[in-house]
Amino acid sequence: MIRMEASFQWAWLIPALPLLSFLIIGFITKKWPKLSSTISIAAILTSFVLAVWVDFGVFASGVGAELVEKPYQHVVNWLTFSGVPWGLSAAPLNIEFGTLIDPLSAMMLFVVTLVASLVQIYSVGYMHGDKGYSRYFAYQSLFAMSMLGLVLSTNLLQLFIFWELVGLCSYLLIGFWFFKPSAREAAKKAFMTTRVGDFGLLLGILFLLNKFGTLNFVQLFHMMTPEVKAMVAVGGVSYLTLTAFLVFIGPIGKSGQFPLHVWLPDAMEGPTPVSALIHAATMVVAGVYLIARIYFLFQGASPAALEFVASLGGFTAIFAASIAIAQNDIKRILAYSTLSQLGYMVMALGVGSLTAGMFHLMTHAFFKALMFLGAGSVIHALHEKQDIWEMGGLWKKMRITGTTFAIGVLAIAGVPPLAGFFSKDEILSAALHNGHPVLFGIGLFTAMLTAFYMTRLFVIAFMGPEKAENHPHESPWVMTLPLVILAFFSIVGGWAGIPEHGFAYFVRPWGSEFEPEAMNWLVAGPSIIVGLAGIILSYIVYYGKASDPVEAAFPRVYKVLKNKYYVDEFYLWIIKHIVDGIGKVLYWFDIYIVDGIVDGLAWIARSLGSLFRRAQTGQLQVYAIIFFVALIVLFLAVTYGEGQLHALNPLALGGGK
Amino acid sequence: MNFSLTVGLPHYLLVGAMLFCFGLYGVFSKKNAIAVLMSLELMLNAVNINLIAFNRFLWNNPVEGTKHLLLNGHVSAIFVIVVAAAEVAVGLALVISIYRSRLSANVDELDWLKW
Repeated sequence: MIRMEASFQWAWLIPALPLLSFLIIGFITKKWPKLSSTISIAAILTSFVLAVWVDFGVFASGVGAELVEKPYQHVVNWLTFSGVPWGLSAAPLNIEFGTLIDPLSAMMLFVVTLVASLVQIYSVGYMHGDKGYSRYFAYQSLFAMSMLGLVLSTNLLQLFIFWELVGLCSYLLIGFWFFKPSAREAAKKAFMTTRVGDFGLLLGILFLLNKFGTLNFVQLFHMMTPEVKAMVAVGGVSYLTLTAFLVFIGPIGKSGQFPLHVWLPDAMEGPTPVSALIHAATMVVAGVYLIARIYFLFQGASPAALEFVASLGGFTAIFAASIAIAQNDIKRILAYSTLSQLGYMVMALGVGSLTAGMFHLMTHAFFKALMFLGAGSVIHALHEKQDIWEMGGLWKKMRITGTTFAIGVLAIAGVPPLAGFFSKDEILSAALHNGHPVLFGIGLFTAMLTAFYMTRLFVIAFMGPEKAENHPHESPWVMTLPLVILAFFSIVGGWAGIPEHGFAYFVRPWGSEFEPEAMNWLVAGPSIIVGLAGIILSYIVYYGKASDPVEAAFPRVYKVLKNKYYVDEFYLWIIKHIVDGIGKVLYWFDIYIVDGIVDGLAWIARSLGSLFRRAQTGQLQVYAIIFFVALIVLFLAVTYGEGQLHALNPLALGGGK
Repeated sequence: MNFSLTVGLPHYLLVGAMLFCFGLYGVFSKKNAIAVLMSLELMLNAVNINLIAFNRFLWNNPVEGTKHLLLNGHVSAIFVIVVAAAEVAVGLALVISIYRSRLSANVDELDWLKW
C-alpha cells in the first residue's frame, strides 16, 4: 500500500472548480462581464494551487517513484453491467469515474492549470470590450474542466467523454466570433476532421472492451500478459497491434498528425489566447497524452505499431515545418510550428521514449503558449493585422513582448540552456539510441527548419523596417505578466530534466526500470549547431528585407509550400469529384432502385387490385352460385378427404402440416 | 305384385331435396326479384320438411319418465316459418322500394353496389 497523500483525494476538485465556474457564469453572472471573468480566473487559480499541492505530494514527498509502479486511484462507480462477464475479465463490466494520479498526470495537471490560468488572465486584456466576454470565460472554464478531467481519467470511457468535451470546447472557441464566415467554417472543419479520428479511437476502445472486459488503465496494464500479446486478430496481425492502430487514429485527428492536420491552421480563426491554450499548449497534446497513457498497449503490440507512430510523427514534423517557412500570417506560422512540434512528440513516443515525448510536451506548452500570447499582443497592438510583412520594428516599441517572444524563439530553436534544447535533445538521442538513424536525421533537419522559420518570423516582424502606418504600443500588464511568467518557464522548464531524480525518473512507462542517462554531447552538439545555423542563416536571409527573398529565389518551391502542398485542394478535389460522385450514384440508386422497389410493390398491389375488382360483378346470383359451389367443395372435402381440408388453408401451403 | 307402398323417411327426404333444388334453381336463375324470394321460400320449406321428417322417424320417443314426445323438429320448423315470414316481409318491402325508385325488379340490374 502506497503512502497516501492527503492532497490526492482532493484532486477531483481540480476539474470540478472550473465546472462550477462554468455553471455560475452560464446561468447567473452572464450579464456582468467583470464578475464572470473574476469567477473564472478565481476558479482556475484555485485549481492551479490544488494542482501544485498535488504535484508537491507526487514529486517532493518521495512517493513519485511508487506511483509509477502503483498509480493512485480515487474512484466512484458509475455504471455496472451485471450478467455475463466481458472478455478476459472475470467480473461484470464496471465503469467508474475518478481521478488517477501518477507522475504523468501530475505533470499534465501542472502544465494545464498553469497555462490555462495565464491565458485567462491574459484574456482579460485581450478580450476587453468584446460582446461575448462572459461567454468567452464560460467556454474557457468549460474547457479547463474538460481538459483536467481528461488528464485525470482513470479509464478510457471517461477519457473519451472528456476527449469529446475538449473537442466541443475547441469548436465553440474557434467559432467564437461566429459572425465571421471564416470562423464558422473553421469551427466546422475542426470538429469534423477530429471526429474522423475519434471514430477510430472509439473503435479501438470497443476492441479493448470486447477482449478485456475493462477499460481501467491500471487493470488493462496488468492484463498485458504474453498470452494476450500473442492473440491474433485477422491475417496474422495481433489483436493488440490492430487495437493500437485504431486507438492511434484518435491522436492523428486530435494532435493534428498528417493527414488529418488540416484543421489546426484553420483553427487560428479563434481568438489568439484560445489558440495559445487549446491549439498549442493543451488540447492538441491530448492525443500525445493518450498515447502515453496507454503506452503499455503500444509496447504490447508488434514493433510495427510503434514504428508507424514514429514514422508518421517524423513525417508530420518535417512536413509542417517546411510549410511554416512560406507562411506570412503570424498565427499560421505558429500553427504549423505547433503541428511540427506535435509530430516531434509523437515521433518521440514512437521511437520508444515516453519520457522524451512528455518532456517536449511540457516545454512546448510553455514556449508555444508564450509565442501565441506574444503574437496576440502584437495583433492587439496593430489592430488585427496578422501579416508579418506589414509589421516590423516592433521590438523597439514593445519591449516586453519582443523580449519574451525572442526567448520563445530561442527556446523552440533549441538553444541551451533554454527549455526546448533539453527536450529536443532527449528526443533526438532516443531516436538515435533506439535504432532510428533516419528519424534522427529528420529530427535534426526539422530542428534546423524550426530555428529557420522562427527566426524568420522574429526578424521580419520585430526587427524589420518600421511601417509608418503602424502605431504599436505595449500591451497592458494583464497581458505582459503572463508573457513574463511563461518566458520564465520557457527558460527553466528544461532544467527539470537535469537532476538525477528529475523528469525522466518520474515520467516513464508504468513498471519500467529507471535508467539514468547522461548528457549525450554527440547528439547535443549537432543539435545546437543546426539550431544556431538555422538562426544565423535566417537572419542573413531575412534581415532588412521588405519582401520574401526565398520567394524570389525559388518561386516554384515557395509556391508549393505557400499552398501547403495543396493538401486542402486535394481534399476539396476528392470531395468535389469522388465524394460528390459517389453521392450522385447513391442518389440515383436511392431514387431509382430503392424508391423503385417500394413504388413497384405499391404498383403491383394496385394493378392486382384493379384486376381482381372485375370479380366483383355485383350480380347477386353469381355470388350465390359461388357460395353454393364453395359449400359443395367444402362438403366434399370434409366428407371424403381425410385431412384434405387442411390443404385448402392458404396459410398452410408453405409446408405446414 | 305388391303395389302397397310404405312411405318412409327416404321419401320425405327426397321430396325435401327436390323442393330444395327447385328453390336453388329458382334463386340462381330467376330474373325477377319477387320470383327469387319465392324460390327462397321453397328452399326454406324443403328444410322444414326435413326437420319434421327427422323428428317423426328418428326422434319419435317420449321424454324420459313422461308421456310427452320430443318435438324439437316441430319447434324448429315453426321458428323457420316465422323467420321466413319476417324475411319475406322485409324482402318484399325492399323490392317494392327499389322498384319505385328504379322502375325495375330485375336482379341483374341491381348491381350498383359493386366496387
